[in-house]
Amino acid sequence: MSDLHDLYQETIIDHSRRPRNTGVLAEATHSAEGYNPLCGDRLNLQLKLENGQITGIRFQGAGCAISTASASLMTEALKGKTPEEAESAFQKFHSLLTEDRPPAPDLGKLAVFSGVREYPMRVKCATLAWHTLRAALRGEGQSVSTE
Amino acid sequence: MSAQAETRATVADRPVRLAERLQTPAMFDVNRIREDFPILREKIHGKPLIYLDNAATSQKPKAVIDALVHYYSHDNANVHRAVHLLSARATEACDRAREKARGFLNAASTNEIIFVRGTTEGLNLIAQTYGRQNLQAGDEVLISGLEHHSNIVPWQMLCNEKQARLRVVPIDDRGIVPLDQFEKALNERTRLVALAHVSNALGTVNPIARMIEMAHRWNVPVVVDGAQAVPHMPVDVRALDADFYAFSGHKLFGPTGIGVLYGKEALLEAMPPFQGGGDMIRSVTFEKTEYNVLPYKFEAGTPDIAGIIGLGAAIDYINGIGLDRIAAYERELLEYATAAFSQLAGVRIVGTAPNKASVISFVIDGAHPHDVGTILDREGIAVRTGHHCAQPVMERFQIAATTRASFAFYNTTSEIDALIAGIRKVQEFFS
Repeated sequence: MSDLHDLYQETIIDHSRRPRNTGVLAEATHSAEGYNPLCGDRLNLQLKLENGQITGIRFQGAGCAISTASASLMTEALKGKTPEEAESAFQKFHSLLTEDRPPAPDLGKLAVFSGVREYPMRVKCATLAWHTLRAALRGEGQSVSTE
Repeated sequence: MSAQAETRATVADRPVRLAERLQTPAMFDVNRIREDFPILREKIHGKPLIYLDNAATSQKPKAVIDALVHYYSHDNANVHRAVHLLSARATEACDRAREKARGFLNAASTNEIIFVRGTTEGLNLIAQTYGRQNLQAGDEVLISGLEHHSNIVPWQMLCNEKQARLRVVPIDDRGIVPLDQFEKALNERTRLVALAHVSNALGTVNPIARMIEMAHRWNVPVVVDGAQAVPHMPVDVRALDADFYAFSGHKLFGPTGIGVLYGKEALLEAMPPFQGGGDMIRSVTFEKTEYNVLPYKFEAGTPDIAGIIGLGAAIDYINGIGLDRIAAYERELLEYATAAFSQLAGVRIVGTAPNKASVISFVIDGAHPHDVGTILDREGIAVRTGHHCAQPVMERFQIAATTRASFAFYNTTSEIDALIAGIRKVQEFFS
């Protein structure tokens, strides 16, 4: 079972049980809905962009432990960041999940998802929130799907 | 069906402990049967494979694998084409398999056995031929609330094309299609009824013979999606009076890519062809094509010859064990599993119809099915997690997904014990 603990690290379990930054964001400027048709998970993400900075970010929706924790940790990581910084964080996060390399040093808490690499079927769970973020920032305003 | 009920009653009345009974060689020697399936010796993450995803696809006995290897090693040639010996062997092998499929369903004639890619193609074939020929604006196609997407979408496409209405009989809290509501939904506009014999997501067995009888009172033909039924129970299309009956070979311990569509000969005769091409024609000029006789009229192009032969081998294998015995053994597995699940706190079975195939769909408090699936996989246990291609069923129970354990006759009570232990591990993880 030790390898399962690499996937479900304590921080992930904690954020899946008590996700941060959930609910409706007043005065949201951007939003998008993410959908993973494989498991039926849905996620609604709202952002407030002010002077080129993400000053508010919240999500709603139910998913597996990995997708919920990923959304929760993403919202924590992106407050105060610019859209460019957010996009750069997504790319580093994606490399963490798919490439066999040490995590980028500035990923911070997001590095707890390094165990997902060993579970290719779960990469989409971890990236659902981030794909939704990208759609929201691009103002696509429509539902994005992991498929 | 009554023979099956009789077996069940006899078995249930025995005052012997269930686990002991299942290990009695005279009853059902599951350990010997397991030896027929090479894949059951696989290790998954270092642990013995416990394969409980049989409703998605079943494992293949050596007899089926050998039939495929033998065909490609000794008999490979195209069918119905050449005068050479290999072509004759391949053609005869396909003919024999068609006769086996006829016997398996107790169809009146091999003219009524159409080889298709699987249940999905069988259902689409009916929608595109019978459906397009017989449906008009304002007509209705009737389905139930527990259908697989493959028994929803082809009818939806057809109804959109014809401005017809797709009518759905909802299921109740146990996952049952209430017969009275089904009966009420039939009317003078109903042109076709399409129903699952057994639900893939919940395991509910529909009282399909009675439903067919009700539809026939309105002279409406019934299409039965038999994908989840044929691996678990004897099916007699004439006793059921089914008009169409489709199943997939890969769920019946045969290869992927091959399935059977049964249709009553008179209906098939009156239907236009499905696809055009070789084999389905009698003569072709640029002006006019004369179509071939049944069943070839519906089989354009070179068929999945190896698949057909493999399916024939699977049917032989199943007949060798006997579907009555399989049904009785699986009923015991289901009872054992249902009893074990009822001892688990925080676990709820979704789909509690009294008449079920050996399927347990469940949800665990505080644990998402995807996480359940990952943790069980590390224990070597393969289950399906998700919406099971039946999103309307999930919606009915207001859940996004379930975990589904589906049993075959090679599964054992000790594998169910391992599943229960795995679920306890999941609960420890997320408690």
